Amino acid sequence: MLDRLKEFASNFFVTGEPMIYMSDVAIVLVSLAIIFTLTYFKKWKWLWREWITTVDHKRIGIMYLISALLMLFRGGVDALLMRTQLALPNQHFLDAQHYNEIFTTHGTIMILFMAMPFIFALFNIAVPLQLGARDVAFPYLNAISFWMFFFGALLFNLSFVIGGSPDGGWMSYPPLTELPTDPGPGENFYLLGLQISGIGSIATGINFIVTILKMRAPGMKLMKMPLFCWSVLASCIVIIFAFPALTIALLLLMIDRMAGAHFFTMTGGGNPMMYINLFWVWGHPEVYIVILPAFGILSEVVATFSRKKIFGYASMVASLMVISIVSYLVWAHHYFVMGASAGVNSFFGVASMIIGIPTGVKIFNWIFTMFRGRVRMTLPIYWTMAMITCFAFGGMTGIMLAAVPIDYQVHNSYFLIAHFHQTLIGGVVFGLLAGLYYWWPKMFGFKLNERLGKWAFWFFNIGFYVCFMPQYALGFMGMTRRVYTYPADAGWTSMNFTSTIGAYMMGVGFIFMVVQILYSIKYGERDLTGDPWDGRTLEWSVPSPAPEYNFAHIPEVEERDAWWEMKQKGQSLVQLNHQKPFEPIHMPNNSGRPFIMSLFFFIAGFGLVFNWWWMGAVGLLGVAVTMVLRSQERHDSHYIPAEEVQRSEAALGRF
Amino acid sequence: MSQPTMNGNKAPHVPMKNLVGFLLSLILTFAALGLGLAHVMSFGMVMFIILILAVLQIVVQLYFFMHFTESDGPRYHIIGLAIAVFFVICIIGGSIWAMTFNSQAL
Amino acid sequence: MSTAIHKSSHGSVHESPKYKGKVLPLEYTSHEGPLNILGFWIFLATDLILFGCLFATYFVLRTHVDGGVTDKELFDNITSFTAETVILLTSSFTSSLAIFAMRNNNKKRLIGWLIVTVILGLSFVGLELREFIEYYHEGYTMSRSAFLSGFFTLVGTHGCHVSLGIIWMISIITQIARYGIDAINARKTFIISLYWHFLDIVWVFIFSVVYLTGVVS
Ligand code: HEM
Ligand SMILES: [Cu+2]
Repeated sequence: MLDRLKEFASNFFVTGEPMIYMSDVAIVLVSLAIIFTLTYFKKWKWLWREWITTVDHKRIGIMYLISALLMLFRGGVDALLMRTQLALPNQHFLDAQHYNEIFTTHGTIMILFMAMPFIFALFNIAVPLQLGARDVAFPYLNAISFWMFFFGALLFNLSFVIGGSPDGGWMSYPPLTELPTDPGPGENFYLLGLQISGIGSIATGINFIVTILKMRAPGMKLMKMPLFCWSVLASCIVIIFAFPALTIALLLLMIDRMAGAHFFTMTGGGNPMMYINLFWVWGHPEVYIVILPAFGILSEVVATFSRKKIFGYASMVASLMVISIVSYLVWAHHYFVMGASAGVNSFFGVASMIIGIPTGVKIFNWIFTMFRGRVRMTLPIYWTMAMITCFAFGGMTGIMLAAVPIDYQVHNSYFLIAHFHQTLIGGVVFGLLAGLYYWWPKMFGFKLNERLGKWAFWFFNIGFYVCFMPQYALGFMGMTRRVYTYPADAGWTSMNFTSTIGAYMMGVGFIFMVVQILYSIKYGERDLTGDPWDGRTLEWSVPSPAPEYNFAHIPEVEERDAWWEMKQKGQSLVQLNHQKPFEPIHMPNNSGRPFIMSLFFFIAGFGLVFNWWWMGAVGLLGVAVTMVLRSQERHDSHYIPAEEVQRSEAALGRF
Repeated sequence: MSQPTMNGNKAPHVPMKNLVGFLLSLILTFAALGLGLAHVMSFGMVMFIILILAVLQIVVQLYFFMHFTESDGPRYHIIGLAIAVFFVICIIGGSIWAMTFNSQAL
Repeated sequence: MSTAIHKSSHGSVHESPKYKGKVLPLEYTSHEGPLNILGFWIFLATDLILFGCLFATYFVLRTHVDGGVTDKELFDNITSFTAETVILLTSSFTSSLAIFAMRNNNKKRLIGWLIVTVILGLSFVGLELREFIEYYHEGYTMSRSAFLSGFFTLVGTHGCHVSLGIIWMISIITQIARYGIDAINARKTFIISLYWHFLDIVWVFIFSVVYLTGVVS
């Protein structure tokens, strides 16, 4: 009995590496510490009431943000491990298998569990406030989305200590990832983790489309909407049409592995190319899903800090919409190369060329907006400038990649790695950080310390170029991606060493950011006006952080930059409070069901990972029961009485 | 009191529209089936016509059953559906085309 | 919206809401009504893509039979799949009659037609299961060939959708029985009917491009 238990445990838990044991210990300790703190301060109820059951978009946004930053940390540690391994030739810090696992988890986490929740965080925090709405269209669904993401990410990350990490690359191409060649549970963790969080993403897409189309303040025509909302609309359109393809790709591969089907196997008539096809139907648009909101953020930041209307609003809108549709139609380029020579996956390829034109329009417009405006040099503007520079450059290397002869030389090399990191870090991450700094005071009611932020900025930026510029050269020198080590006489040593230094500089930058946040929680400048940046859009017309109901009175919108125009006319929402009587406000109820339902999904997923069918069945049954209970629910909203609204506004100094 | 309908009149008491829709859908189905069994045309031609009949079925369902012209505001759902149909055609067409391309190249 | 819709989630309508001079049906009258209906249409659009991907896979793998049964041999039982089709078409019709009854504020008929729809749905799922079991006994399983994997997954996914729809519809019937036709139930019923018609549309394509293609080829 004991022997069997031992054997089970040694298969179940990942063993053999001191690093893993160390993280096992760390995980246990951190969990105990959290449990202890919550119990000691009697915070369990608070956690359940205020956060786990919340349907408030502002809180959900904050939870997304925390998750995204945690995942940025995990993905970043993965990156540093890889760079440490590659710093010098012939190292044995990581073995080949371990290296495979790490680039797989790094890529997957960064794209699906860092970039996606990060954009969703900003969607949630900014969109309803910018629209003058009291919540998203489907607050309950919003909570489901978050918890599905959360448990999907949890399941994926669990593979680190239980069962073993996936190792098939972030695209997880079959036939390599089919059962015969990849029998471990790692791949199942990948499939189910992504599947569960993917459902949440589709729901978010639907939610925000309806929010934007239906919940705008009176008078806010579509063409008067802030550009960030337009970018969210564009991004969500891509989400709802692209994610089902990922769902199917993962589902079919899962059926192959669990039910012995032959979709992508080499036997039985299967065709692995079909996976690659479906994957890129999603994968290509996915890039735009994460970059479009970053474009929107830049437009907001540039306009606010130049104190000017954005230049070329209509062309901005047009380019967003064009990208969202066109991005869908070019996925095939990912395997044209594939057909020409096996094993090639050119990540952004021609994409950059197509995106080049509308992106050029945007960069031009941003620069024109800043031109002769007196730009205030704050952290959001710093990151904006960094992104414009970096992304323009990344776009150029992209066009180089798109040129077939060059692509032939450098595909699958470090040139490609450098290129897509330039668009993903320089484009997506920099843009999202600009948004983070911009909306931080709105989320938490205080500003982040500028001085520490500038240290973080410079470390991260210089580190970025030190890390990735040498990789372009390495690409030309013939270093291919996904190699875990290289010989000393290849002549790659100095470049690789430099690159690793850059990676660590980015790590230092991240630490500065954490310090900045911790420091500012205590000493940061409080934002008492609700409008710390002299903003232009409606989110700055309410207090920071916004009250539960956002707007005591929903403002009538007349102009594009609604709040700016109100300020010009000497109006404010405080006046509205005096002019109009308070009315009861219709708000959605909190609910624990989204959490419980997603927990059941997690249980089902965990069972399926190990082919424990009973557990999968229990989980799915739980899902079904919670869904029926939801269907039976009839009153999921309440009214905040007018007096209470009045009291709360008075407490905020607005009445 | 009976509920108001889209045109503000009282709803009719015989569901004519639904009946017509049902009849049409049956006709379309059996037309497709008959064509499939008849073996009078080439495979490509038959498939082409069957697909057209299927598309007509969509229209029947949308118009006669799903009230898809109804809305309380701009008809965004029609735009959404149109994009979806377009993308589905792209996915199916693109996949088939690309897969044949690949099997030739390999 | 041209006139303010009275925002009540409790289904009481004080003023008939209008859009462009037209009076809107009950399901549009609560705050959630129009939102949920638009949201559901958009969900259907994504579900369409989902099925589109399954169809694409089926097409690509259709001829990959690995020396096993082909679609022509598999779909020789024409009555069986024609019966499934007619049953589902009829259920689509009856669910539209349910909405018709709802708009005439006829609770009894509404429930009646929904129950008929559920029964038709159940018989559809039953027939499909029988068909699958038959194939299974003949040794045509998912793991036999890529073609069969594609077939079972596509048709099975549709079957799962229908089964889910049945559970959902039953849940709604109990609510109508208890609370009558109010704005909440009207919204729920309208949405389930959209779902049901959508599944019918998907089935029409399965009928055409899976079964009939097999027969013709
Ligand atoms: C913070 C600094 C980062 C560093 C130092 C870094 C470093 C690396 C390294 C060393 C690899 C493996 C290259 C190889 O051996 O093939 C890699 C792969 C990858 N990275 Fe990063 N990375 C960083 C940030 C990011 C971010 C922010 C994203 C996405 C948003 C990202 C997405 C990817 C992807 C998709 C891969 C490919 C994984 C695969 O081959 O399957 N990385 N990165
Ligand atoms: Cu692409």
